[in-house]
Amino acid sequence: MTERAAATAPSPDRALAPPPRRRDRSGRGRRSGRGPSLRARWLRDRSLLLMTLPAIGLLAVFHYVPTFGNIIAFQQYNPWDGVAGSPWVGLYQFERLFTDPRFWNAVGNTLVIAAVQLVFFFPVPIALAILLDSVLARRVRLVLQSIVYMPHFFSWVLVVTLFQQILGGAGLVSQALRGAGYAPLDIMASPDAFLLVVTSQMVWKDAGWGTIIFLAALAAIDQNLYESAAVDGANRWRRMWHITLPGLRPVIVLLLILKLGDILNVGFEQFYLQRDAFGSGVSEVMDTYVYHQTLVTGNFSAGAAAGLLKGAVGLVLILVANKTAHLMGEHGVYRRS
Amino acid sequence: MSTLSRSRPVWAERPSLPARAAKNTVLAAVAAVVLLPIYVVVLTSLSPASAVTAAGGLVVVPGGISFQAYADLFSGGVVTRAVLVSLGVTAAGTLVSLTATVLAAYGLSRPGSLLHRPLLFAVLLTFLFAPGMIPLYLLVSDLGMIDSYAALILPTAVNAFNLVVMRAFFMNLPGEIADSARIDGAGEWTILLRLVLPMSKGVTAVVGLFYAVGYWNAFFNAILYLNDNARWPLQLILRQYVQQGQQLNSGSLIGDAVQGTASAPNLAVQMAIVVVALVPVTLIYPLVQKHFTKGVIIGAVKG
Repeated sequence: MTERAAATAPSPDRALAPPPRRRDRSGRGRRSGRGPSLRARWLRDRSLLLMTLPAIGLLAVFHYVPTFGNIIAFQQYNPWDGVAGSPWVGLYQFERLFTDPRFWNAVGNTLVIAAVQLVFFFPVPIALAILLDSVLARRVRLVLQSIVYMPHFFSWVLVVTLFQQILGGAGLVSQALRGAGYAPLDIMASPDAFLLVVTSQMVWKDAGWGTIIFLAALAAIDQNLYESAAVDGANRWRRMWHITLPGLRPVIVLLLILKLGDILNVGFEQFYLQRDAFGSGVSEVMDTYVYHQTLVTGNFSAGAAAGLLKGAVGLVLILVANKTAHLMGEHGVYRRS
Repeated sequence: MSTLSRSRPVWAERPSLPARAAKNTVLAAVAAVVLLPIYVVVLTSLSPASAVTAAGGLVVVPGGISFQAYADLFSGGVVTRAVLVSLGVTAAGTLVSLTATVLAAYGLSRPGSLLHRPLLFAVLLTFLFAPGMIPLYLLVSDLGMIDSYAALILPTAVNAFNLVVMRAFFMNLPGEIADSARIDGAGEWTILLRLVLPMSKGVTAVVGLFYAVGYWNAFFNAILYLNDNARWPLQLILRQYVQQGQQLNSGSLIGDAVQGTASAPNLAVQMAIVVVALVPVTLIYPLVQKHFTKGVIIGAVKG
């Protein structure tokens, strides 16, 4: 691990891929002229290039072109004049952004939600995975897995709707309370309950799905370690503390670092859908701010500036998170070969 | 390992009765928290007006069965059209996405091929930043794609993560088979279609499922790009008539066929929309579940 982390400069083409076949590693010399000529390589690889073309084309048009489109953040963009005809205003949009209290409200909400996710969501899949892994009967385990994975595949509209039907003012819980003679309870519209509600929704939707990666890590732990520990007199809790958790450590550290790099992306649709019910005071996050600012003011440049700022900070966070992962001897998003 | 049945190893102590009871209770509670809301929604959608009235809302205890709500929905009104739109976008989108992804994953699976490094780098770079909502909206608008279904498909057609997962899988396949086919004169297209894809059914199914679920569930792109609500997919109908509670039983929202006839209670119709939105994903994903670990882990853990 340490050796790998201390090794050579990052090699982007190794990123997110398993180590290539050995042959390829030694075959690198082809690039320095000893191998086939450019023409021979074109003849050999042209069908590969053709295959890559549709995906690269789609990414170029719908990812790279709009990325450069962010230059309107430095303009007073007007759709009729286009990028070429709109006046340049330097950092004016950013200055306006920094003096907008609603922007800082969105930043604050985003950070609070991210922190709450980290503390109250992150550990749930780990605990659930350990619990599921302890179920010995295969069939029971598979059924439980199917059940807890399911909500991951539901849309946010569906999840929010289900929560509303159960916990909303006209929902099942209120219905039962009314039936028992109590006042109905509408926590789906109470700003004080916002963090509780959105975190519960996240846990309900994705905690089960989050167990997959931990279940795989648990399956990779050498069972002999448990046996040796048991023979040495370690009870189940000590085995969990000294074998299971250390076995999960690399995955936990990796996911934690990735989460920190992704802290500004707390989600969009979940907050967009509930903004009216809870009010923008608690539920406005950076992405919904971008949308509503642009919608309300018709000022595309202001929205682009907020989005660009978020993207730039997010990029720095991801790079820092990866650096941290490498320093700690973990793989990170891209690996060093 | 986690898919194999295990017996308790001899060295492991048998858990005490209270411990086992506690564990089973927690597991049952977890399952119930997921399943109960779905049960209540499905039951209400299948309940006749009398049961909904008696329950004063959502139905927990069965009180008769009625398919009236579904008959209303599928009688040719707004919901019927939205379901067709969602099915069409999901089918077309998954086809486009899966084709582009499989081709590129294979095209980029051979280090040392022409332009391999810069192209792969261009794909991986998309992980690091998103283009931003506003410039993307302006681009889609400039391309004249507002109010077209292409706007729901093309901007999100290629997911770099899925591409990288497939590429990693292809690179892990034994290279000797492709090599010998190449010696026998097979071109890359033949190798991909005849050799590589048949060996990659699992990962293709998982990536296809991820794309299909993404299209079926897509919500916000339709808000952004579709002004014409006659073109709305199901998720927007779900939001408007269920989450926001707009009345559905009025005017032209239900097909002409049932107007003037007895219709199902509004709540049952609303819950039927919820069921229609959740049923396809619920039916499909267990079929590919056994491949999840492979697909997800190749991409995520092995890096």
